[in-house]
Amino acid sequence: MHKPTISRRLFVITNTLVLSLITLLGIIPFVHLLSISLSSNTAAMAGEVRLWPVGFNLDAYRYLGEKVEFFRSFRVSLTRVVLGTAVNMLLVFITAYPLSKSNHQFKFRTPYVWFFAITMFFGGGLIPTYMVVKNTGLIDSVWALILPGALNVWNMVLMLNFFRTIPKELEEAATIDGAGHWRILWRIYLPVSLPSIATIGLFTIVGHWNSWFDGILYLNSPEKYPLQTYLSTLIMSINSQMTSISIEQIKAMENLSEKTLRTAQIFMGALPIMVVYPFLQKYFVKGMTVGSVKE
Amino acid sequence: MRTLKKEYLLHLMLLPGVIVTLIYAYGPMAGLVMAFQQFEPLAGFFRSDFVGFDNFRYVFELPDFKQVLWNTIVISVFKMVLFLLVPLILALLLNEVTRRWFSRFIQSAIFLPFFLSWTVLGGVIIELFSLNGPVNGLLGALHMEPIMFMLDNNWFRGIVIGSDVWKGMGYNMIVMLAAITGIHATLYEAAEVDGAGRWKQMIHITLPGMAPILILLGVLSLGGILNAGFEQILIMYNPTVYEGADIIDTFVYRLGMFSQQFGPAAAVGFFKSVISLALVAVTYYAAYKYNNYRIF
Repeated sequence: MHKPTISRRLFVITNTLVLSLITLLGIIPFVHLLSISLSSNTAAMAGEVRLWPVGFNLDAYRYLGEKVEFFRSFRVSLTRVVLGTAVNMLLVFITAYPLSKSNHQFKFRTPYVWFFAITMFFGGGLIPTYMVVKNTGLIDSVWALILPGALNVWNMVLMLNFFRTIPKELEEAATIDGAGHWRILWRIYLPVSLPSIATIGLFTIVGHWNSWFDGILYLNSPEKYPLQTYLSTLIMSINSQMTSISIEQIKAMENLSEKTLRTAQIFMGALPIMVVYPFLQKYFVKGMTVGSVKE
Repeated sequence: MRTLKKEYLLHLMLLPGVIVTLIYAYGPMAGLVMAFQQFEPLAGFFRSDFVGFDNFRYVFELPDFKQVLWNTIVISVFKMVLFLLVPLILALLLNEVTRRWFSRFIQSAIFLPFFLSWTVLGGVIIELFSLNGPVNGLLGALHMEPIMFMLDNNWFRGIVIGSDVWKGMGYNMIVMLAAITGIHATLYEAAEVDGAGRWKQMIHITLPGMAPILILLGVLSLGGILNAGFEQILIMYNPTVYEGADIIDTFVYRLGMFSQQFGPAAAVGFFKSVISLALVAVTYYAAYKYNNYRIF
């Protein structure tokens, strides 16, 4: 390689600086959030906290430890993630398997594919969906957060496309040995699809952890709220009070709410994802590029 | 070749998925009849009175509706353009980074907000732009008057657009980087032999090489023009900024769930679904023509 020119070197330096700055701008809000939660309530309310805690203390987290609402909704979230992911994955497997067959192997494949595909492009919308969930008796039950989205058609299509790349010989050999569809799915298809399963599974887990609006819509009792729904009520209650006109009123309002505690709770809502993210990022990236760029 | 005889098993495997889809995807589609009804929850879909297009007429004549439609389109067009432009610039800049660990680290940091919920990000944004938050602190340090960002219609709209781009830009950036990796190295070698610098290589090789994916991403995003970001706006807005940030979805939500006007709310939803379907059909056809893109 020949020596880089001066202009090239200048560019590399500027480029590194610009990218670092963008990254920093993306990280600062979370540092700020953490700092507030570790500051004294007075400093936080006066807006003195920037990137470093002012009047460092762990009171917010100590109080959080005793906060019934937080732990209750945390438990609901865990239940939802486990139950929801199990149902979602099972349905993805058993739906994608038959549809990955050729028309020759499975005569009715095409009508089934259309039946599922249409739902990707047309839906009833918010109000009719709410009515259906209500009429099926799911209101105020954790199943309202799981059953309406039990089959994610997009994930199913990703799985289906992966199943189709599995060499036919594997299946034929198993068939000769007398294996049926169930055995082929569980013993051959799933073990060789582990990378795809990891990707889809992670997206499903994150999706269930992050969902909050369905909780607002379908659950009446706050004690059944998952964590993100509970957090959303904290945030929306500030917004609804924000209509007051004068600056003094808003300042007074901002002071009323326990800022450090609220911030600590929001930070804890993001923490599980931030902790696992660095280790699992490659699976996320892999799954996305599989889905969007097709040869 | 011996084929499996037991086709009934395949039907059986599909049964749970079919039932769930029938109830929770096709059920609401059938439920769209309420758009043509004077819908009473107690009477249900079957016994509510039909009123023809009254609900549509009622909604379209509401003074707010035009503003809502306008807000939706403005916000989503800005988002669509920035969702192409910002990730493109980031991908091109990252492509010039030679140290892999640095590139990886930047990518991870930019991609992170994509995986956080709008409750967390909304909470962060509201705090950043609050009256005694850091942004106003910065303005104060520059001897400028504090701005009530979350209560000002113009600022609020900008914050909605900007924060959504912040959350989502990592996704398109990764897709675009993957497209850049797919460009043949021989093209760059040939260009270097011809004496083209990095800038010329970018203009004449990288950008044309990315054209298919850029067109694809752009075309596919058109189908979502009536989705301006429901969960984001719902968590961030307040009645003062309805004028600039109330979109179709939030409008339907309030009309249906708070005002209990189920028929009119469903009519707006129906209007949105039909337009979206038409756009999706056209754009997928275009994507298929341009890039041979198919989902199956």
